[in-house]
Amino acid sequence: MAFTSSGNLSAAEISTRDAIGAVNRAKRIDMVFAVGGILVMVIAMGLLFTLIGDLVVRGMARIDYDFLTSFPSRRPERAGILSAWVGSILVMLTTAFLAIPIGVAAGLYLEEYARKGWLSNIIEINVSNLAGVPSIIYGLLALGLFVYGLDLGKTILVAGMTLGLLILPIVIVSTREAVRAIPRVIKEGAYGLGADQWQVMWHYIIPAARPGILTGAIVGLSRAIGETAPIITIGALTFIAFLPPAPISGEFPFINFDWLTDGFTVLPIQMFNWISRPQAEFHVNAAATGVVLMALTLSLNGVAIWIRYRLRRAHHN
Amino acid sequence: MALTRIPNATELVASGFVARRKLLSRVMSVLLFISAALSVFVTTAIVVILVSESWDFFAQVSIIDFLTGTMWTPVFANPQFGVLPLLLATLQTAALAMIIAVPMGLLMSIYLSEYANPKVREIMKPALELLEAVPTVVYGYFALLVMTPFLQKFIPGLAGINLLVPGIILGIMILPYVVSVSEDAMRAVPNGLREGAYALGMSKWQVALRVVVPGAFSGITAAFILGMSRAVGETMILAIAAGQNPNLTFDPREGAATITAYIVQVSLGDLPHGSLAYSTIFSTGLVLFIMTLGFNLAGFYLRKRFREAY
Repeated sequence: MAFTSSGNLSAAEISTRDAIGAVNRAKRIDMVFAVGGILVMVIAMGLLFTLIGDLVVRGMARIDYDFLTSFPSRRPERAGILSAWVGSILVMLTTAFLAIPIGVAAGLYLEEYARKGWLSNIIEINVSNLAGVPSIIYGLLALGLFVYGLDLGKTILVAGMTLGLLILPIVIVSTREAVRAIPRVIKEGAYGLGADQWQVMWHYIIPAARPGILTGAIVGLSRAIGETAPIITIGALTFIAFLPPAPISGEFPFINFDWLTDGFTVLPIQMFNWISRPQAEFHVNAAATGVVLMALTLSLNGVAIWIRYRLRRAHHN
Repeated sequence: MALTRIPNATELVASGFVARRKLLSRVMSVLLFISAALSVFVTTAIVVILVSESWDFFAQVSIIDFLTGTMWTPVFANPQFGVLPLLLATLQTAALAMIIAVPMGLLMSIYLSEYANPKVREIMKPALELLEAVPTVVYGYFALLVMTPFLQKFIPGLAGINLLVPGIILGIMILPYVVSVSEDAMRAVPNGLREGAYALGMSKWQVALRVVVPGAFSGITAAFILGMSRAVGETMILAIAAGQNPNLTFDPREGAATITAYIVQVSLGDLPHGSLAYSTIFSTGLVLFIMTLGFNLAGFYLRKRFREAY
């Protein structure tokens, strides 16, 4: 390496300088990427949190005991969401009762029983497609099949079945994932001791997969609580000023299922109804209903995330 | 306390215990199969219901007129059944959603998968999941009653009911889903590829753009296609904020009914079942189903491909 009197730099020096320049440039671009990523995230999250915060501020003022225990009314200040939250809970019960056993059974079959072949391939493609079918199409299916085909009417039972079909893919997929994560040795040990297939499922696979299945079921139910479109399509009434008969009573036989065949409304329908009115007072009611609805779905999801978090910690230890 | 003797194998067979267990196992495997087959039945039922309920409609209205007509006036005295206004509004809002979701989603997933430290990721993943759970009727509320009045101050000519705001909100709605699917795809790219690239002197952004993104390309595409499918099929945001008036327009500041909003409008009304106007919800539903089916199948194959690749 030699310095020349003319002040020109040697080739080695130039390439070192280039290299340093390139590194600096790369660092700058990295910086842009990192800052850009954070910025986009902050903008998207910030927007959503602002919107949610706005909803809570507008809605919270309206939520009191009377709001939760009154029927909808023409006068916004006297209207409440009693029939809506009772309807939501009853529909959820029906949905859970139908979708969870069927979904778990289907997931178990696909993961443990089905031999690889065209049939299991078709079922698999089918499940993943069903997960992406728009919810309103499920509403049209229910309208054609349950309401007009089987003449079941616009009842809690029909709503429960519709939402049950809607969340079936979620339960199936989460069951499969939970079953797949179980170490093979548990299964092989049980078979080795002479258990038959169902005994292995019932005593080992299902208990071991329970937290994962539970997570999927909760996520599915929280989605069902917020669904509006399929319920509108089956023609659920939006003005319900009565409660279905109570499922549990003091007289024999203590439990009845009359409520299944009753008309109903649910929280998102009530909210939609109030958003669509021109008066601003009803919009406040809509915001309050939104707060109740969000509190329900977000706490359900929070529970699901917490279960999964604990599960992962248990696996790591 | 009496000790019960454990029966031996011969006694177990003789008592019918083994036969009962075998029977139970058989019965259960049949029940499980029926449950799995039910999912196939659901798809079949969707197709059968949509086709059979719109059969009469297509007997009276030619498919060509239906797909190429520019007027949608089913309840007028001289009804027109051109689905283009509904289709255009559907695609326009979905396109607006993609304009929001594609760049933002790509940046966010690259950041989360390549740049963010594990702690940030640990917080962001569940946060995104929580946002996916926000009911769409709540997004509809945001679009109509919060965002539209706000943006009307800045955008001249923005109607109270318009395509622009629901399109933007739709993009925000699908963002968490798009990010979580494409981030999964990026994380599935083996670390060996990243390390090899670093060893050759690549910097972080070069690894991200020239190794990770191409490596996860099919998964990222799947994320956007599945996001698009959700945007096309979304109902409540559009029924609330984009209006229920069929309107052939390219101006997103105007309102126009999408396919889903139209179905909601008819469901809320009192058209009699069996009438020609009523059967339109099934024929338009069929169009929607075919569109989303196409997106879903494409997304499924692309996702499967990236899973198999690594």
